[in-house]
Amino acid sequence: MILSKLKEAIICLGAGRVTLPYPFAPHPPAEGFRGKVEVDSEKCIGCGGCANVCTPRCIVVTDPSQDTRVLEFFLERCTYCARCAEVCPEEAITVTEQFETATNDTQDMHIKAEVYMGSCQRCGRCFETSTALDKLMVTGFQGVPESGE
Amino acid sequence: MFKSLCEKAFTKALWVYHVNTGACNGCDIEVINVLTPYYDAERFGIKLVGSPRHADVLLVCGPVTRQVAPAVKRLWEAVPAPKLVFAIGSCAAGGGIWFDTYSVLGGADKVLPVDFYVPGCPPRPEAILYGVAVALGLAPKQAAPVYSRQEFLSFLESGKLPEEFAMSPEQAQEAV
Repeated sequence: MILSKLKEAIICLGAGRVTLPYPFAPHPPAEGFRGKVEVDSEKCIGCGGCANVCTPRCIVVTDPSQDTRVLEFFLERCTYCARCAEVCPEEAITVTEQFETATNDTQDMHIKAEVYMGSCQRCGRCFETSTALDKLMVTGFQGVPESGE
Repeated sequence: MFKSLCEKAFTKALWVYHVNTGACNGCDIEVINVLTPYYDAERFGIKLVGSPRHADVLLVCGPVTRQVAPAVKRLWEAVPAPKLVFAIGSCAAGGGIWFDTYSVLGGADKVLPVDFYVPGCPPRPEAILYGVAVALGLAPKQAAPVYSRQEFLSFLESGKLPEEFAMSPEQAQEAV
């Protein structure tokens, strides 16, 4: 009985300190951890696939004008399933390892990305351009870039 | 003087009461994790208590269901005056995937004045500890709203093209 207690005490002494020094020293998550998403608006083509698969429906896509499409991420209710990153054809949405997202204001968890959409000259609806050169052709026909010379 | 002393002392010993307002138990387990010796929230004077009348902080987990809402309000009123409310997890922070369900009112902020949000599904124990550290002023807040815009949109507005796309009139003629 006493011997077993002594043994236990020796094991405890041998273990040393087990508590993480966490808030004072960083403790990165394991590989494959899904944290806050990041949106690269330059790569985005505005297809809206992410909004389509979002489980908590926290991605809202709106078209405020003919040429722009706005993606808004309300990440306070994001479940970090990373489906949006999975379906994104251009890999514009990436999952970071950022988990330190505690805040006193839900506004801090919002992401807003504005994307340029070319519009058809006949019907006026948006369509996505695949490259920057294509965009140039579209806007060239609209007569906007006059400072080319 | 006594008041400032109280304010200083308040952050030294936060007694928490854990409220489950309809959570799936994921966040509850992470909250219990934080109190284990490995993460050791008791370093910061955080202690789990069994009654809201002893508590300073409410840790709210889960979306507030219609059935539990009046009970949560009564519970909040039972906590003595300098009190904080932490919304742990995506459900408590914004409603999660149940934000517009018929039996759910939404996140904890629909019923209580929430002071700190710790999003995550469930949040890592480190994330909860970080939220506590931010609340106590031990760590800076990292989250900030992100606004990004395709560069091309600004070119459209200003009517000026980036240099890499600028071309001479002859080239433009050819392109058309």
